[in-house]
Amino acid sequence: MGGIFVFCETRNGSFRRVPGELLTQFRSVADAKGEPLGALVVGEPVADEVPQLSQWGADAVVHLDGPQLSDAGPEAIAAVLAAYVRDAAPSLLVFGNTPLARTVAPRVAEAVGAAFVGDCVAMAWEDGRLQLVRPMYGGKLLSRVLPAPEALAVVTFRPNALGFADARATSPTYEVVAAAVADDEPRSAVLETAVKSGDRVSLQEAEVIVSGGRGLGDAQGFSVIEELADAFGGAVGASRVAVDSGWISVDHQVGQTGKAVSPNLYVACGISGAIQHFAGMGSSRVIVAINKDPDCPMCEKADYTLVGDLYKLAPALAAELRRMSAEG
Amino acid sequence: MQILVCVKQVPDTEAKVVVAEDGRSISERDITFIMNPYDEYAVEAAVRIKEASSSEVTVALVTVGPPRADDALRLGLAMGADSAMRVWDEALENVDGGAVAGVLSVVAQRVGFDLVLCGRIAIDDAMGEVPLRLASRLGLPHANAVTELTVADGSVRARCEIEGGTQVVELGLPALVTTQKGLNEPRYPAIPAIMKARRMPIELLSLESLGMDPDGVRAVTRTHVDGLTVPPGRGAGRVIAADSPEEAARELARLLRDEAKVL
Repeated sequence: MGGIFVFCETRNGSFRRVPGELLTQFRSVADAKGEPLGALVVGEPVADEVPQLSQWGADAVVHLDGPQLSDAGPEAIAAVLAAYVRDAAPSLLVFGNTPLARTVAPRVAEAVGAAFVGDCVAMAWEDGRLQLVRPMYGGKLLSRVLPAPEALAVVTFRPNALGFADARATSPTYEVVAAAVADDEPRSAVLETAVKSGDRVSLQEAEVIVSGGRGLGDAQGFSVIEELADAFGGAVGASRVAVDSGWISVDHQVGQTGKAVSPNLYVACGISGAIQHFAGMGSSRVIVAINKDPDCPMCEKADYTLVGDLYKLAPALAAELRRMSAEG
Repeated sequence: MQILVCVKQVPDTEAKVVVAEDGRSISERDITFIMNPYDEYAVEAAVRIKEASSSEVTVALVTVGPPRADDALRLGLAMGADSAMRVWDEALENVDGGAVAGVLSVVAQRVGFDLVLCGRIAIDDAMGEVPLRLASRLGLPHANAVTELTVADGSVRARCEIEGGTQVVELGLPALVTTQKGLNEPRYPAIPAIMKARRMPIELLSLESLGMDPDGVRAVTRTHVDGLTVPPGRGAGRVIAADSPEEAARELARLLRDEAKVL
């Protein structure tokens, strides 16, 4: 059997970006292994499901028609995936490292006796083996991990870390598999779901993140951060100090005890750049620091630094971005 | 009610980690080890459930680790846990999370539990694998990354982090819950509690005493860490000098568009 399957997570009725990264990147691995590249969708159908997955180079689309992701517990989703994996016996099951994958993927790995490697940021297919690279010790070291070649591996990748590869469009097969959850599976019941309103992109998948820290001085400061994030079309992040001071909720925290992110652009406003913060965003492609202290660690590591009052600089930058975008 | 809390000892977040001579592990010299911060939330949650309950609640700690990991257990005892177990065996050096979850599941079944609490992730390898493997192995429902937790009438109600928000879930006991920052503020134990914890026994468990075959445990490891490296440093950046915020903003926007090509 064999095959590389990418779990294609949806959000608001369309696919997230990260399955696109994974499908296009694993195309060459599938070719090298001589195995098909599959796209695995669970739950609610997506409007342009097959065309999109064809653009990303999938050979096969498998829709597990079972629990709706929005109201199923992680145990049910893991059980449905595990049942399919037992049946189809792929060699590799790949997820984007999203909150859903974090609560589902290790459970799938255990249920099917697979290796698990989480939060990878790079991969290579060399000497007939998959080599994975993942940060450890808060990004202070990179670990090269080889899953045992004979075992199925469940692997998650940090969104934006691989990026998209060029892909040739395919004509995938499409199969709907009825997926039921056995009555004796453990399950949690969802009582209430509270998703924040607004269209801001998720922190971990955002291409641009604007973060605020101690230098903001108070909670109101985040209105400046939000204005700049909106001008970039990005997400809002925060340092531990900002979260611990109660200026913004913990789900915005970037760092070793918060979220690990890899955006194209990370704008750190009033963040001195403690090692624990850097652990969560040091792999960003471009870093901008806006800070009154040009000697702070963040300014030393940033690609571009604006020195001065962030309450003047951030709104000026937002205005400039809006002007540029209006001019097209 | 019996609560089992799984803890791990990890290098302090301030620690300067250096790759050891084997190229696959870190040098432990000059490293301060602490209880994984997410596990502190789990211990605190367990002790609060015990303190708030009118019926008897016992809190047992378990870790898989070398002798130095006793320090993490002693912190947990000082915070208010009732007992502590440490599993160690040479065969457990360099095993992966699958093997650790297997060992923990045997301990859990041996001591019994209604609720298993774990930190959602350990800050050393940040894999987030062991708790959910353990839940699967024990056939338990789980709630991951919880920021609110109440236990009543044989069930757990928890607020979990999901994409862009939170979800409140209910799990019948027995269940496994992983703890996220924001759940509580772990206490600093007072000196008498620390002194008392120092005199409390830590039960040492070998694989043999758990009826586990060391070769079998090692064989469950399905990943191999091939090497650790220091990530490449970032080159020196550029300070944008300008006479006004507007001019600085204009120059930065131009550089982001034309040079960095991120706009």
